[in-house]
Amino acid sequence: MSKMSRRKFLKTGAKGAALVSIPAFFGANPVAAILSSAGGELTLNDYYNLFKVDETIIHKIMSIALERGGDYCDLFFQHRISNTINLEDNLVSRANTNVDLGVGIRVIKGDQTGYSYTEDLSLKSMSLAAKTAANIASGTKAVAPVELKLHETPDYYLIESPWEEVNADKKVPLLQTVNDRMMELDNRVTKVQVSFADSNTHMMVANSDGRIVFDYQPMTRMFAFCSAEQNGRREENFYRLGGRYGIEHYSDDNLNRIAKTAVDRTVTLFDAVKPEGGEMEVVLAAGEAGIILHEAIGHGMEADFNRKGESLFADKIGKKIAEDFVTIVDDGTLPNMRGTINIDDEGNDSHNTVLVENGILKSYLHDHISSKHYHVKPTGNGRRQSFRHVPIPRMTNTYMLKGPHTKEEIIGSVKKGLYAEAFTNGEVNIGPGDFTFYLKSGYLIEDGKITRPVKDVNIIGNGPQVLKDFVMVGDDPQIGEGGGTCGKNGQRAPVTDGMPTTKVSKITVGGVS
Amino acid sequence: MNNKERMELAKWVILQAQKSGAKDAAVNVNMSRDIEVEHRNQQLDKLTDATENSLKLSVYANNKYSSHSTNDLDKNALSKFIEEAVSMTKYLSEDKYRILPDPKYYQDRKEIDLHIYDPDYESVTSENRVKLAREMEATAMGISEKVVACTSYYSDSYNESTKVHSNGFEGSRRSTAFEIEIEVTVCDEKECRPNDYDTKTVRYFKDLPNHELLAQKAVKRAFSKIGQQKIDSGKYDMIVENRARASLLRALFRPMQARNIQQKRSCFEGKLGRKVASEKLTLIDDPFIEYGLGSQLYDGEGMATQKRVMIEKGVLKSYYVDNYYGKKLGWEPTIGSSTNSTYEYGDKSLDDLIAMMGTGILVTGFIGGNSNSTTGDFSYGIIGKYIEDGKIVKPVYEMNVSGNVTELWNKLVEVGNDRYIYSSNRRASMYFKDINFSGV
Repeated sequence: MSKMSRRKFLKTGAKGAALVSIPAFFGANPVAAILSSAGGELTLNDYYNLFKVDETIIHKIMSIALERGGDYCDLFFQHRISNTINLEDNLVSRANTNVDLGVGIRVIKGDQTGYSYTEDLSLKSMSLAAKTAANIASGTKAVAPVELKLHETPDYYLIESPWEEVNADKKVPLLQTVNDRMMELDNRVTKVQVSFADSNTHMMVANSDGRIVFDYQPMTRMFAFCSAEQNGRREENFYRLGGRYGIEHYSDDNLNRIAKTAVDRTVTLFDAVKPEGGEMEVVLAAGEAGIILHEAIGHGMEADFNRKGESLFADKIGKKIAEDFVTIVDDGTLPNMRGTINIDDEGNDSHNTVLVENGILKSYLHDHISSKHYHVKPTGNGRRQSFRHVPIPRMTNTYMLKGPHTKEEIIGSVKKGLYAEAFTNGEVNIGPGDFTFYLKSGYLIEDGKITRPVKDVNIIGNGPQVLKDFVMVGDDPQIGEGGGTCGKNGQRAPVTDGMPTTKVSKITVGGVS
Repeated sequence: MNNKERMELAKWVILQAQKSGAKDAAVNVNMSRDIEVEHRNQQLDKLTDATENSLKLSVYANNKYSSHSTNDLDKNALSKFIEEAVSMTKYLSEDKYRILPDPKYYQDRKEIDLHIYDPDYESVTSENRVKLAREMEATAMGISEKVVACTSYYSDSYNESTKVHSNGFEGSRRSTAFEIEIEVTVCDEKECRPNDYDTKTVRYFKDLPNHELLAQKAVKRAFSKIGQQKIDSGKYDMIVENRARASLLRALFRPMQARNIQQKRSCFEGKLGRKVASEKLTLIDDPFIEYGLGSQLYDGEGMATQKRVMIEKGVLKSYYVDNYYGKKLGWEPTIGSSTNSTYEYGDKSLDDLIAMMGTGILVTGFIGGNSNSTTGDFSYGIIGKYIEDGKIVKPVYEMNVSGNVTELWNKLVEVGNDRYIYSSNRRASMYFKDINFSGV
């Protein structure tokens, strides 16, 4: 099957669904029926049906939301079905499904936000939520509703068939395959766990400026965890793959790669040593090491931290902060990446925003409130975990463009240091800029050569300092194919990071003395 | 809907599930209301207020298991939801351990009031909420012009939940929680913006500590970070302040989980009855603490809770064993995860511990890092103070503390008396000898 736009495949999919004997898990919500009845492309009307509203109802809710003098309001409707299935001890014996439906109503007055949400989409419940959100303002100014105009969006996540149509019986063999391959690959493997997740999100945003927009957002991810034992010593590691893909992403090649990488990254650790702790040269491998950009600069460039005066990047726009060959972007438009969005959760177009261009700090990442505050166009970074949360500036796919050096040159230049390859998590302290990222596995570099493996060490640095210390940047940029989940203000957002092979001249690595 | 109606709904769902082919089923029906206030720039920055419902159904059919949740509690919608939930289960593998807990574990549930629901919850007004946030911010901003950013928070939550299992479990509970928090950023001469926070969570509104004092403390803490730097790598004595994130304790708890043991991802496998820490460490899981944030009469699987010694004077006495992994291991279940963690506390205050240590690092916060339950290795970023001759000499940051869980906990030399009651993990400040720090 060829990849189609979501509007087209939803039609095809609906036809297909009628032929499939096993019901996909639609939950109690009418998505299946809506899709089946959608004659042709999915339209705004189908979304109105899904959320049981129309323009008149939306106008009514908006009028209530703005009745106390709010400047602006938006309604964020969301329907999401999430599935996970897990394999352990050779059995796929656990599955979970979550159906989530609701609307979040936000009222803005200046920089102030009033927010409420309800999972009950009746006029009564939505009116009550709108009244609650309206309380952020305390006037009586009535605002006449503006006619809603559909805003068309591009499609950065073409897939073959929506997850709504993919049944558990199609997924179970994928987990089984990965498990069996991992077990076959190396007889030191003792335990395998595979976890598979997919979700289907339909969202619609309408705002008091008259914009209405809808989007279908697929997402999937597979984790393979490996435990192995050799001469009484045990090690663990994992690999993951994911993005806004359909089930076709789990090709034989990709399944093999997940299995092989998870096993390779585990059994290598039998030779691992603990590095000597302290400051050293660190070479970041191309790909998922981009987490360093996310922590060292990405968060500090989210406009809310700057608007509130918390970030140490506040007032640094236009200043030189890194070498000429350092260019870092946040690009929500990369096809099928985990951090990709057609439209942000405030209804603004997704963008490729340049954070640092040839070493010069260029732009913050904005949401609606901050773009008004700074009098700039929104950058399409207003994101939220669900209808229960207010949108805030978030990263999408953050990566560094290619530089002038080769990987060999970079590794060859290190006398004694670390080659950092696989990561689990990171964190930044916005004000002082100290950030960390946890190295699950990597290697020592001795006299310009990769030697013994290392594992489980935290790396800690300072954001502005580390940007200055990017002394060599490779010509081999890669995106970390597993992507990550970023946490901020209690909200999770799917993101991706990437970078070319890069040398940091000095950073503190955890270890022994 | 009240808890009685939730109970009826849950029983109806179980019947429907059984009609659709499930042998057994477990149902949770929850309602929660969350209110959050944020104050910044002398004005209300954000006000959120919402109530929501949810239902979770676990299906056990022919040794197959799946769980499903929804927030649409309309009966017509639920009928279809239940049918599909049961139907989906058939595509999974049979697993003889996927069964509800033996009803004997439901017995002996205590009938005591844990005081986790504040009867005065309803009388907390919007004005009360906003006032606390407003006054915290005003206090912090009023201290110095060097306070460049400050956001204060107030939030409360109300929760009601009902749980029914087809093999005889029934339970309902309600709880409240109230939280105040403040984040403060100050500036120094070098464009650095040190920040700090303070936060307190309690079960009863009246137990919130003085909010203005909290704001003053947060500002003081932020100022005390001006000039922070990393110091030489090496072995230092370490005190971890009670309120710092419980990173090192989590590294200890993870290998104690039955799942990790069964999956061969635990460095504590086979260590029951053996020494895993110094004799200064006694860890008790106590679900019955009045006003406790982790207090509960039955756990997530309906099993009646018990007070349990997990580690006694350094000797591992019990694992955290849930129903499923207990069955897989052939062990009696204990509890799947910790309720309230309490310790055998010493008689020294944090100041006494600092004086006792003489020279070393006081860790006031952790940043990032992780641990490996298979090998026990850990590595975390830290923020703190360098101590010499029992006195704070300078603030330190951008350093890592690394080691191995067993090694670390064997180096515990003293537990303070400053029990931290604002968390379900009621840790105190702890003093360790000879720990690896990486800095310059």
